[in-house]
Amino acid sequence: MIEIENLSKSFTLHNQGGAVIPVMAGAHLHVGPGDCVALTGSSGAGKSTLMRMIYGNYRANAGRILVGETDVARAAPRDIIQLRRHTLGYVSQFLRVVPRVPTRDVVAEPLLILGTPREAALARAEALLARLNIPERLWSLSPTTFSGGEQQRVNIARGFAHAFPALLLDEPTASLDATNREVVLTLIEEAKARGAAIIGIFHDEAARARVCDREVDVTAFTPARAA
Amino acid sequence: MTPLLQVHDLAKFYGPRRGCEGVSFDLWPGEVMGIVGESGSGKSTLLSCLAGHLPPDRGEVIFDTRGQGPRDTLTMSEPERRMLMRTDWAFVHQHARDGLRMGVSAGGNVGERLMAVGARHYGHIREQAIDWLGRVEIAADRVDDKPQAFSGGMQQRLQIARNLVTGPRLVFMDEPTGGLDVSVQARLLDLLRGLVREMGLSAIIVTHDLAVVRLLADRLMVMKDGRVVEDGLTDQVLDDPQHGYTQLLVSSVLQV
Amino acid sequence: MSDYNFAYLDEQTKRMIRRAILKALAIPGYQVPFASREMPMPYGWGTGGVQVSAACLTPGDTLKVIDQGADDTTNAVSIRKFFEKTAQVATTEETARASLIQTRHRIPEEPLTEDQILVYQVPIPEPLRFLEPSEVETRKMHALEEYGLMHVKLYEDISQHGAIATAYAYPVKVEGRYVMDPSPIPKFDNPKLSMAAIQLFGAGREQRIYALPPYTRVVSLDFEDHPFEASKADHDCDLCGADDSYLDEVITDDAGGRMFVCSDTDYCRARRAAGHIGAQGAPYEEATA
Repeated sequence: MIEIENLSKSFTLHNQGGAVIPVMAGAHLHVGPGDCVALTGSSGAGKSTLMRMIYGNYRANAGRILVGETDVARAAPRDIIQLRRHTLGYVSQFLRVVPRVPTRDVVAEPLLILGTPREAALARAEALLARLNIPERLWSLSPTTFSGGEQQRVNIARGFAHAFPALLLDEPTASLDATNREVVLTLIEEAKARGAAIIGIFHDEAARARVCDREVDVTAFTPARAA
Repeated sequence: MTPLLQVHDLAKFYGPRRGCEGVSFDLWPGEVMGIVGESGSGKSTLLSCLAGHLPPDRGEVIFDTRGQGPRDTLTMSEPERRMLMRTDWAFVHQHARDGLRMGVSAGGNVGERLMAVGARHYGHIREQAIDWLGRVEIAADRVDDKPQAFSGGMQQRLQIARNLVTGPRLVFMDEPTGGLDVSVQARLLDLLRGLVREMGLSAIIVTHDLAVVRLLADRLMVMKDGRVVEDGLTDQVLDDPQHGYTQLLVSSVLQV
Repeated sequence: MSDYNFAYLDEQTKRMIRRAILKALAIPGYQVPFASREMPMPYGWGTGGVQVSAACLTPGDTLKVIDQGADDTTNAVSIRKFFEKTAQVATTEETARASLIQTRHRIPEEPLTEDQILVYQVPIPEPLRFLEPSEVETRKMHALEEYGLMHVKLYEDISQHGAIATAYAYPVKVEGRYVMDPSPIPKFDNPKLSMAAIQLFGAGREQRIYALPPYTRVVSLDFEDHPFEASKADHDCDLCGADDSYLDEVITDDAGGRMFVCSDTDYCRARRAAGHIGAQGAPYEEATA
């Protein structure tokens, strides 16, 4: 489902004397349907960078990132947009939404974009919010005012609203209590069971051990510094 | 599938000074494209050339018309172009008063485009006007009020209703949230997102507000000195800018 | 004897105006620009109509001038005297005897014939003006037949008053093409715009001439669910009893007394001469005419 070959990336800082900072070289990764792979490595090793490149958020300098049929490293913006709507979901650590929009609509939006009838989309959103223990009285409020843990759960609900064939999870269990952590891990297991290919960053070792089939240490892809 | 809009090598000069030059892109159905840049970067000139308000010196602006497929809007006859402007195209001005008839009631403002394409039944026109006022969250009992009696945010929403009532496929927006309070901006952004999604609209939005494009635009073009210096997916351009100017632009934004 | 050239204007100017008139007749409803002259009367007193009349008059013509239907109001009397002095043409108050009628704000009740010319005084010739201030834009709208805006005006009327409240200068479409302002005639007169006589419209300050050739199709704009109505006061003439003429309301005292009388004074006079008497009328005597 997700195949990464010989991927490399550097940042060029034009406003700081044109400094070139290589951050990744020769990355390889293969994730099949139903697989869950954890990215490991110390902070700054490039876990988030790799996730963002797969999502098309960062540009690749060389190599291939195949998600389904689409090579994200080369695809036109509109192909990546389609990929993100239908195939590739992303649960980031930060909630970025239009202020004022009710939580219920924020979670239903990925379904509405795909043309799901409003009733069905909202029903699915409400079911997820209930499962993630977001009190019903908050559903009609904007999540921008919520606590960190609540925002994180809204993010997860949004990411799992549509049954994406491929999922990127950035610290999905961080800042969650034991009950909600359990709900999220169950959601991940269900996604695996329906055949989703998942790449995740988990600092929570127990969670990693429970849902991940393999671990990939991205330190191996880090180019030698000050080369 | 055919792009809704194909722009090839568009250029506009003001005497020896460059307004915009060498602009080419395709816009696909349902896509929202942002154009950012500082004042004087040529983004408004480009929008005016695309929307047919300003004749460019060079280039093609090919629109996929309903009846005849892709046509160069710069070489089509003026009646055809003006017909396009009040049916399949819409233009949302930064200042609502530029896009509204301030002496005409809200219902008349929304109904004008319907009457311009031949609607001659008062009752039906009024029903549609009230329906559209509802969609932009203006109460039905304001239908006979003039825009002067509306707040800035309401005027802007009325302008949007007036533009979208004929079900256009392409909307040009010039700083649609400029000059509005932050809370009003958010409401307008939410409304625009919903309309774009529900109507399958394509849109080209000129703004200097990077937060606006992040929330509204799928794709982004960055302009400087009349040229496009960078384009791509909105979040990619903002989070991993490749060009020095874009890096400067992104790093200059105050974080809240 | 007069030292004026015939009908005041010099021959070159009259020729220029006749060209504009011919063009206007060739394109019914289209506003033809012309080089309006200073006349010895202020703008707003009929300078456009006077110039058109001057260009049309011949020594054999018989002239009638009316203002709001009346031959004896200041404006009508002044213009009639002007042409008596500068063209020495015969004048009349009888509609049927006139070969050229200059009018302000009315069409005579008696149907006109093919050998008559009706000249209108026009204050603002552009029907789109009140909604679109730009002349460049309104000309383009005429050229491209973009007349949706005209209906916006009628829409506003209905939304504010429950019905089309425009009572005069009611816009019309000419031969399915140009939208035209028929000058501030009451909309009661609109159906008469399709007639046997030539109709010429002169706007002096705005420097425009437009025209309706005989038997031109003229349709008043409306909505399917709010059709055009040629309304008048729901009353008969108190002097002659006519129930088919446009009426003026006349306040007769300070105790609420009032009467409705024909705005067309010649029509009323002729009816009374024929023996018709209204509710407050007295038997007709020749001397009172």
